[in-house]
Amino acid sequence: MDDLLRILDFVQKRAEQAEVFKVSSQTVLVHFEANRLKQTQSRESTSVALRISKKGKVGFAVGSGLNDVDTLVAMAVETAPFGPSANFEFPSLNDYPDVAVFDTEVPKITMEQMAELGSQLITKVKEHTPELLCDVEVTKGVSSVHLVNSRGGEARWDRSFFAINLEGVLTKGTDMLFVGDSEGSCRFLTAVDILATRLIKQLELAKRKAAVSTKQLPIIFTPRGVASALLPPLVFAFSGKAALEGTSWLKDKLGERVFDTRLTIWDDATLPYCLGSCPCDGEAVPSQRIPLVTKGEVTNFLYDLQTAALAGKKSTGSGRRLGDRPPVPNTSSVVIDEGKERFEDMVKDMKEGLIVERLIGAEQGNLLNGDFSGNVLLGYEVANGNIVGRVKDTMVSGNVYQVLKEIIGVGNEARWVDGVFLVPHLYCPLLSVATKT
Amino acid sequence: MRERFAGILSRCNADYVEIRFEQNQTTQISYRGGKLEEVGRTYSSGGNVRALVKGGWGFVCSNSVDKLSSYVDLAIKQAKLTSGEEFALPTTEPVVDMVEAPVNNDAASMPLVKKKELFDEYNDIMLTSPQIQDSRISYRDVKRKVIFANSNGNYVEQNKPDLTLRLTAIARGNGEIQQAGLSLGSVGDFSVIENLHDQVREIAKRAAALLYAPEVKGGEYAVILDPVLAGVFAHEAFGHLSEADFVYQNEPLKQVMVLGKRFGSKNLNIVDDATIPGLRGSYKYDDEGMPASKTYLIHEGVLVGRLHSRETALRMGEKPTGNARAINYLFPPIVRMTNTFIESGGASFEEMLGEIKEGVYVRDWYGGMTSLEMFTFSAGEAYTIRNGKLAGLLRPVVLTGNVFVTLSNIDAIGNDLDMNQGGGCGKGGQFPLPVSNGSPHIRIRHCVIGGR
Repeated sequence: MDDLLRILDFVQKRAEQAEVFKVSSQTVLVHFEANRLKQTQSRESTSVALRISKKGKVGFAVGSGLNDVDTLVAMAVETAPFGPSANFEFPSLNDYPDVAVFDTEVPKITMEQMAELGSQLITKVKEHTPELLCDVEVTKGVSSVHLVNSRGGEARWDRSFFAINLEGVLTKGTDMLFVGDSEGSCRFLTAVDILATRLIKQLELAKRKAAVSTKQLPIIFTPRGVASALLPPLVFAFSGKAALEGTSWLKDKLGERVFDTRLTIWDDATLPYCLGSCPCDGEAVPSQRIPLVTKGEVTNFLYDLQTAALAGKKSTGSGRRLGDRPPVPNTSSVVIDEGKERFEDMVKDMKEGLIVERLIGAEQGNLLNGDFSGNVLLGYEVANGNIVGRVKDTMVSGNVYQVLKEIIGVGNEARWVDGVFLVPHLYCPLLSVATKT
Repeated sequence: MRERFAGILSRCNADYVEIRFEQNQTTQISYRGGKLEEVGRTYSSGGNVRALVKGGWGFVCSNSVDKLSSYVDLAIKQAKLTSGEEFALPTTEPVVDMVEAPVNNDAASMPLVKKKELFDEYNDIMLTSPQIQDSRISYRDVKRKVIFANSNGNYVEQNKPDLTLRLTAIARGNGEIQQAGLSLGSVGDFSVIENLHDQVREIAKRAAALLYAPEVKGGEYAVILDPVLAGVFAHEAFGHLSEADFVYQNEPLKQVMVLGKRFGSKNLNIVDDATIPGLRGSYKYDDEGMPASKTYLIHEGVLVGRLHSRETALRMGEKPTGNARAINYLFPPIVRMTNTFIESGGASFEEMLGEIKEGVYVRDWYGGMTSLEMFTFSAGEAYTIRNGKLAGLLRPVVLTGNVFVTLSNIDAIGNDLDMNQGGGCGKGGQFPLPVSNGSPHIRIRHCVIGGR
């Protein structure tokens, strides 16, 4: 099934509109377990997704390792009578903004080089804490995307990615300390030093134990803390689909000041060499930089073709495909603009409070309502302007709309988290903290 | 297939090689915003090769299996790159088996129109209930055939059908959005998700009631968990710690998880059992071709076992348990749970409740996560307990704690074991793996509940 135009031609006899999306990818992963090189994996996969509109209804099917077009088309045709109404037309574009997402260095990297980077990182971190057990994954990949539709639209691009992820655990009796961080982008990355420095900082701050009591406390969310606690409910709320359905808490807040005026948030699929970037989305609508929040005011929701048509809006180029699913509106890279406060000054300002580096389970709260509630996997107590040590058995809960309505400060140094969030520290007023007494 | 695999495997220059080939067909239906939003079908076939050379593993997967021989060579090359020590799996008696597992009311062969009719009914019930703004239905059935062969001479063919359904009612009002849901699953049997109309009505009512329910004040409480949530606790809080791949290279953790150590009271028994017929976590052979087993993790409060792959069992000098599983051919098998549960004890729900002056009764599963010793899990429903009686609905709560402390704080175990077939487990990027978990009602003293 290499010839997309042939599939398109075949299916056009059976449906009014059609779109064929093919992605082929090759990934190599070098995995260290407990500081030792454990497994090397290669993965290659090709899948073809077919979306049709027949008698005004959408049919959808995906085939991987499927060599016959008939079966794929038959599956899509079978689903169409039950599918949602097709309210949109595929775009007829075939010219897209130039978004750099391919680094020619990445395909050349050998498994040996990847293994070498992994051991360098482990060696550096273990110099600080020899008893630390590290799981490291060094991943590289290239993929080719090709999309055609029955209105003459066509898009084609190659992308690469390279990522290093380290999760470390330090066990003393029944006490376990988890540290971790990652770096990833479309480019080859050799700077394991930055990653090592961050991990050593975490280990250093967590050396001493501290405890807070059950009460309301101010919290500094580090960029990773922001990503794990505050972003999941926001990412949901800015979906045009959630706004259209009425499940987004922000649904009727367009143009209203909901957040602190120092907060400006973007969804940006055009940033060069970022994991969330691409010339166009998964249905051939050009990528954009979209302001979601401008100085505290809600300025946009994210739309794909179908949702935009239903809402009487234009697609924002946010139709993203997740696995074997049809496109839905979703974020690309989420960027929170930097503010003025230095992290050190935020800490100095704090009489009694917490720094949260990572919450687990935060997204299990009532996301729709903006609630989050999670256990502090890594966080530190602050007393009289000094970081005292690491807290445990501590739960932080809040509501993202209350927390971000009036904040104390926005950090002056944003950093990438998981390659898709570029966020600064956020210093927030009182949140509910519960601990074991 | 068998001759082809055997031919390739016989020529391998490695300590161990296995081939897994799969054919999967999935039907996915979802409703959102009151409408059927997505219906899709997926066909996927592919395979993988895993090779072991001197303690290092190579793994190659692809959906073009015609180049199988070259993938075997690549897997061996990768294993050599990773190798470094003398280590070989013991040879076992070769097993050849074609497992026939007939599916009752096979969902995969049911016409789409029948599925749609049923979901339309459920959706109507939810959306015509007072204050329900929106609903979600997420349905998936999978027909999966797995063929496994290894250099040991094993050859096994198995079918692994699966089905999941999640229904969510979303209420809006009083300046709030709240939701309540229901998760179910089966080994492909469609009748399990039929005739749920009354239960669907209940979740719609509950979502609306939550709009006006007060929030619990964060802090420590005596808590009773219903069978669903206690099952999640057994899975999240303890089950993951029993997975040997977390333990076998971590010396301090090995000391904590040493067999024979007491973790709970004499009436606490926690089991993982892949041999119970008809449960989503069950199978005859795991993805390393090892026979499934029933494993006591905690027996009478004492740690007596853990879950193993062939490698972890050998490295820890314990018996293999057949718990190496992969969600599909794109992933290597890793140590996973199957059907995990707390065995029934002697207490009745009324007895447990009667002894609590102030506490919280938590029901139903919403999610759960663990970082070995620390866990959080969320309840879909919560009620105040005052002076031995249930005293009103609360907003959903999140529970958190340290597993070692919490296990020893379980002070009563009910007599009403029930297995929950909804949901799926995630680990190492592999999600959702079909599992089930269960428990009777249990009571935990001094449990931290998060609130605002």
